[in-house]
Amino acid sequence: MADVHLPATLPPLFEGLPRRLDVEAASVGEALAALDARWPGLLDRVCEPAAGGPVLRPHIRVFVDGERAELGTPLAAGSRLDVIAAISGG
Amino acid sequence: MACRVLVLVGTRKGAFLLESDESRAQWELRGPFCEGWNVYRAIHDVDSDPARPAIYVAAHSEWHGPAIWRSHDLGASWEHSSEGLAYDESSELRLSKVSGLAAGHGRLLAGAEAAGLFESRDDGATWSLITTLDDQPGRADWNVPGNQPPGHLGLPGLLLDPDDPDRFWIVVQGFGAFETTDAGRTWTPRNRGLRADWPREHEEVGFCVHKLVMSPADHERLYQQNHVGVHRSDDAGRSWTEITEGLPSEFGFAAAAHPHDRDGFYVIPLDGGHGRVMPEGRAAVWRTRDAGASWERLSRGLPQEDAYVGVLREGMAIDDLAKPGLYFGTSTGQLFASADEGDSWQLIADYLPGIASVEVAVLD
Repeated sequence: MADVHLPATLPPLFEGLPRRLDVEAASVGEALAALDARWPGLLDRVCEPAAGGPVLRPHIRVFVDGERAELGTPLAAGSRLDVIAAISGG
Repeated sequence: MACRVLVLVGTRKGAFLLESDESRAQWELRGPFCEGWNVYRAIHDVDSDPARPAIYVAAHSEWHGPAIWRSHDLGASWEHSSEGLAYDESSELRLSKVSGLAAGHGRLLAGAEAAGLFESRDDGATWSLITTLDDQPGRADWNVPGNQPPGHLGLPGLLLDPDDPDRFWIVVQGFGAFETTDAGRTWTPRNRGLRADWPREHEEVGFCVHKLVMSPADHERLYQQNHVGVHRSDDAGRSWTEITEGLPSEFGFAAAAHPHDRDGFYVIPLDGGHGRVMPEGRAAVWRTRDAGASWERLSRGLPQEDAYVGVLREGMAIDDLAKPGLYFGTSTGQLFASADEGDSWQLIADYLPGIASVEVAVLD
């Protein structure tokens, strides 16, 4: 079970979505897909299509246990996954 | 029964709604909606049930990408979606924003950057690509980053034919207007007679159409504010005649057609250089009542000193009441309204985020 932390910009977009929740997943991509299954459309808010499959949007960053990560980065039991809305705009 | 007049304002930090009655004297503002996203277009579907009016917003978040928002209760609740609103993973195109939005004939159309046209037939829940106009002259240059102006909008202009669901016009920024009569399968450039003060590689394209409108009183009568000049068409865009003479500038973005008089048309001339603000800092809307043969400057109630404000391509709208009301929003957050066809004006909102889009709906 990963300890997932979401940016403040996401919960207003999906009814009932908390800032922090536990998700059963083996990778970052799986964790986001699990959230999308419960809150349809969430994956589109953090990923965009690209050749070779979806990628994180340009101003979204993810970290696993404090290390910069990508969609394929594995999650271990108890991993902390931070999804960050990077400093952007004004 | 008394009507409600609703002005939909799209800004850099969300959408706002202003409501008044038929007098259009007092306005109540609500918002911001759409979580402060950058709104390119906010519209009302005139075909929607008056008891459940449909409002749609094309917006973009730097973090969360583009989406179309929808509300059926005048902004009390919102949903959003971008399902299908993307280019195929194998495409060289990347969808950065949705800049154009139109509703009618039971569907929504969305114009995107890179330039492409999408439609939804389920109230904006899901989207499918209609075309990226691949066979049009000049198409190879459309989406090349080096050819694009800052803040490139792609396909910002959409104009529906009220009579024919298969016929509509689009504007590809910097390349011109195109018409389809078969729901988007094939397209014809509609730029004949327009002027361009720059070299062009193709006879039919390479024109900078800023805003294309149709007279509700005569669907063959189109007008446009172009990068260079104001133009009129009497044959639904097949040919154009320039009607710039009498205006203080050939440049501008916003345009509106009078709802009852085919010869009535409004523009907001701007300095055509880098500033792109009201000439001499004096705010004015210009009106023709004779299809462009002559123009009159309308400024009563508008600031006439140090008003260096700009108005973007979707920044002006007109309602369809017996004495139409006119509305425009500035890129610095002022919203002005006229309840007498532009003869006099009042500031109805100030200190809003920069305004990109103004639309008006009359709800019976």
